[in-house]
Amino acid sequence: MLNQKEILSTVEMIAQQHLDIRTITLGLSLLSCCDPDPHRACEKIYEKICRCAEKLVKTGCDIEDEFGIPIVNKRISVTPMAMVAGASETEDYVPFALALDRAARTCGVNFIGGYSALVQKGMTKADELLIRSIPQALAQTELVCSSINVGSTRAGINMDAVALMGRIIKETAEATADQDGLGCAKLVVFCNAVEDNPFMAGAFHGAGEAEKVINVGVSGPGVVHHALQSVKGQPLDVAAETIKKTAFRVTRMGQLVAQEASRRLEIPFGIVDLSLAPTPAVGDSVARILEELGLEVCGTHGTTAALAMLNDAVKKGGVMASSSVGGLSGAFIPVSEDEGMIAAARRGTLCLDKLEAMTCVCSVGLDMIAVPGDTPAETIAAIIADEAAIGMVNNKTTAVRVLPAPGKTVGGTIEMGGLLGSAPVMPVHPESSAAFINRGGRIPAPLHSLKN
Amino acid sequence: MNAIVTVLGQDKVGIIAAVCNCLADYNVNILDISQTILQGAFTMVMAVDVSKSTASFGELGEALAGLGAQMGLSIRIQREEIFDAMHSI
Repeated sequence: MLNQKEILSTVEMIAQQHLDIRTITLGLSLLSCCDPDPHRACEKIYEKICRCAEKLVKTGCDIEDEFGIPIVNKRISVTPMAMVAGASETEDYVPFALALDRAARTCGVNFIGGYSALVQKGMTKADELLIRSIPQALAQTELVCSSINVGSTRAGINMDAVALMGRIIKETAEATADQDGLGCAKLVVFCNAVEDNPFMAGAFHGAGEAEKVINVGVSGPGVVHHALQSVKGQPLDVAAETIKKTAFRVTRMGQLVAQEASRRLEIPFGIVDLSLAPTPAVGDSVARILEELGLEVCGTHGTTAALAMLNDAVKKGGVMASSSVGGLSGAFIPVSEDEGMIAAARRGTLCLDKLEAMTCVCSVGLDMIAVPGDTPAETIAAIIADEAAIGMVNNKTTAVRVLPAPGKTVGGTIEMGGLLGSAPVMPVHPESSAAFINRGGRIPAPLHSLKN
Repeated sequence: MNAIVTVLGQDKVGIIAAVCNCLADYNVNILDISQTILQGAFTMVMAVDVSKSTASFGELGEALAGLGAQMGLSIRIQREEIFDAMHSI
């Protein structure tokens, strides 16, 4: 039997500690939409998404009402579009992005992900056409998210693709210059991308997935922060236990919502992604958890260790709470979306190099970081290469989502609003990486033994 | 189907009567009530059976939230499963 204290603690988590389900994401295969005629393919894509996702938003809202738990986003992820568009006789892939955007609007979802290509070992003609179309695709659409996988532990890093992505990110910023380069907030470059990630901008529905699945991403930095306040000054193993218990509760709720959504939509349940996803709201920050553990400001010495413990404890607590865990599962550190990270970056304590170190021990990578608008494409490519190398060697997913806002310099701010927040422009090293990036080719896959 | 109604806010005369009347209007049966004053705040948790409710769950939630707004209280109704999921294995 439930007791009053437990009931009130749940109500308090939702009402005051920003506990929410971050997203219900419908993963949908579009392989059946391939057609030599690009117009026909786009029609099939629009029709299939609208048919399969018709009830997604309504079901999400019903669950929100009945369980009293906010479900912040309802989203769709689809087969990497290069695989679908590659079957069509066309060199212009922007209409495919427009079809996705139109379908997303009709269904009422917040975002649609999967304008993607997987090029970790090599690029097909379709992959390259898709990548080159990204700046226009993101400028002409509002809800479409794009992701490119440029490396993996098995294949190494495709440095030609890395160099190309450096240029594409710059072009995307320029194509959306009227919105401070907002297009780059919808573009992520991965190493070891996962096929069942429900979080944007990196969600796509992998080729190894079923026809349709429901994936759920949970959140809850505020709840963890609040729980840690009750063990102030105690040893770190006590803090880790507290985080584990909290993560367990949060994930159980995610599992419940995922099963309920799966049952009502008659779509198989895929995974629960155990992530600590912050928002710009005060009291919903991962940085503030690290500070609660005893760091004066996030980014100072000790931050990597604190984050490693947090990330591991979240996974340990969450993994038992769900029948199927997947996606990215870990603590996210998107600078613009985390009130504490923004404050630490403004203060100068949190720098790009420290963030890179932090990504070695957490999910996912250099995320939502504004850099000066005049940052060379080769420097952006080199940032991607560094991050991909961390993922490749450590057998984990890493990603880069940087925003080289046109005309902005260090000290400026990009305002994106909503969950994307605002990003202080952070300095990058002025020394050139161009000769390294311009070599192109591949970084071979790392050795899988002799680990040190 | 069972649900949990939570009422939080400043104590005053007639809270329980008003909430019970609202539930009765929609044919919702009350299974259990526990009420205390926690740190000066009125706190009530009710277990209710909504299977014979004349309104949809969403409408019931809106009616209770509306009553809460009138009385300066926070009133929520949530399905029991969410609490079970979080607090029992």
